[in-house]
Amino acid sequence: MSPSTSVLDMLSITPPGWGGVLITGAFATLFISFGAYLFGMTLGLFGALGKLSGIRPLQYALNLYTTIVRAVPELILIVSLYYAGTDGLNRILALADFGPIEVNGLVAAIAVLGFVQGAYMTEVLRGAILAIPVGQVEAAKAFGMRPGLRFRRIVLPALIPNALPGFANLWMSVIKDSALIAVVGYQELALAARVAASNTKQYMVFFLAAAALYLVITIVSNMLFSALEGYFRRGQRPVA
Amino acid sequence: MDFTWIPEYQNLLLHGVFLTFLLLAISVPLGFGLAIFLAIAQVGDNPIARWISKGYCTFFRGTPLLIQLWLIYYGLGSYLPYIPGLRASFLWPVLREGLFFATLALTLNFAAYQGEILRGAMLAVPKGELEAARAVGMSPGMILRRIWLPRAIRIGLPTFAGEVVLQLKATPIVFSVTVMDLYGAAYKIRQDTLLVYEPLLLVTVFYVTLTFVITQVFQKLENAVPVRR
Repeated sequence: MSPSTSVLDMLSITPPGWGGVLITGAFATLFISFGAYLFGMTLGLFGALGKLSGIRPLQYALNLYTTIVRAVPELILIVSLYYAGTDGLNRILALADFGPIEVNGLVAAIAVLGFVQGAYMTEVLRGAILAIPVGQVEAAKAFGMRPGLRFRRIVLPALIPNALPGFANLWMSVIKDSALIAVVGYQELALAARVAASNTKQYMVFFLAAAALYLVITIVSNMLFSALEGYFRRGQRPVA
Repeated sequence: MDFTWIPEYQNLLLHGVFLTFLLLAISVPLGFGLAIFLAIAQVGDNPIARWISKGYCTFFRGTPLLIQLWLIYYGLGSYLPYIPGLRASFLWPVLREGLFFATLALTLNFAAYQGEILRGAMLAVPKGELEAARAVGMSPGMILRRIWLPRAIRIGLPTFAGEVVLQLKATPIVFSVTVMDLYGAAYKIRQDTLLVYEPLLLVTVFYVTLTFVITQVFQKLENAVPVRR
């Protein structure tokens, strides 16, 4: 087999080639990242509201959460939470007289990455909420809007354009952090590439192919976020 | 909580700390040097240099460090033995080690992020200062050396501390290419003693402390270089 044809053969979608495995891995990466992103955003929203709530103990707890998660290397967090999370869950189940369960790798990956994302999301959303002009919130109060209505109609629409650049950065970082899940053995794009590479001994080909897939994901995401920001900033003065 | 294993693994841990520092101490200055060239290429007039620099930054910022590390360690590493004469040369003991590839990957990755920051900082230097330099008859090289770069580095300094912390947090990944840095040591201890939490906890404390130290040092550095606003 000459080298040029063999590279194409190895990357073909159907089984003798490993292209299909890589594509499946890429979808797993996207799925994990998206799940973790949504979970992190939910955590972040509650975290930001908690930090701004003025309830002291809650603020201390949330500060501890965001400080520790942002100071510890992602790899260590992912590995510890992956093991500690499953171990802790089984201990709780044992207390409640249930047998140990095997935690689904996908669920664990999403939970762990989402927990890490949540800390960064908290800070992004807190900054975005603080950047809303106070007058707008005061005006809403003056109209007699209840907190829930105020949040839905005033705060949320005003914070989205402020938070979008941060959201875009976090989406990029969750895509790249999801590769670390490979270390605990869940087969997403990075691990798929490694499996394919070590089976064929063509390390260069498969890691370059994986890198290309990651690049496609990040570049397309970049364009989507730019379009989204343009949409949400319509009618606003352009920033620098 | 059981920490009785610490004396037994003392040397492994200390060596791990040393490797973590070494990775940081090599990759940050080298990466910064490379970043200066990347930034100059991107704000310069040469379209080929600009294109190469842009492509480089997009590639290294758009793919996970893990993939870059594996690409360099397994991919590039598998071609090295075929370079004639390299195997017999004095460099081979270094080139065979995972540490070499880990440092290379971390340096290239750091350069891409830092290059992008420096590019922004160079564009943020007030036009008037560059015009003034040109007006007193400085050559383009001298403007770059005396005005443009020093001003850009000062503007980019506040983000530099954050980048170094991010780099520190990226280092544990090198354990996947057999480098026994601090995290690698903790990993081995976990395998040997079957303790899950304690080694990770010890390592976590170390990283958090080092993060704190880095931010403090850069705060001092920032205060030492005054800037008028």
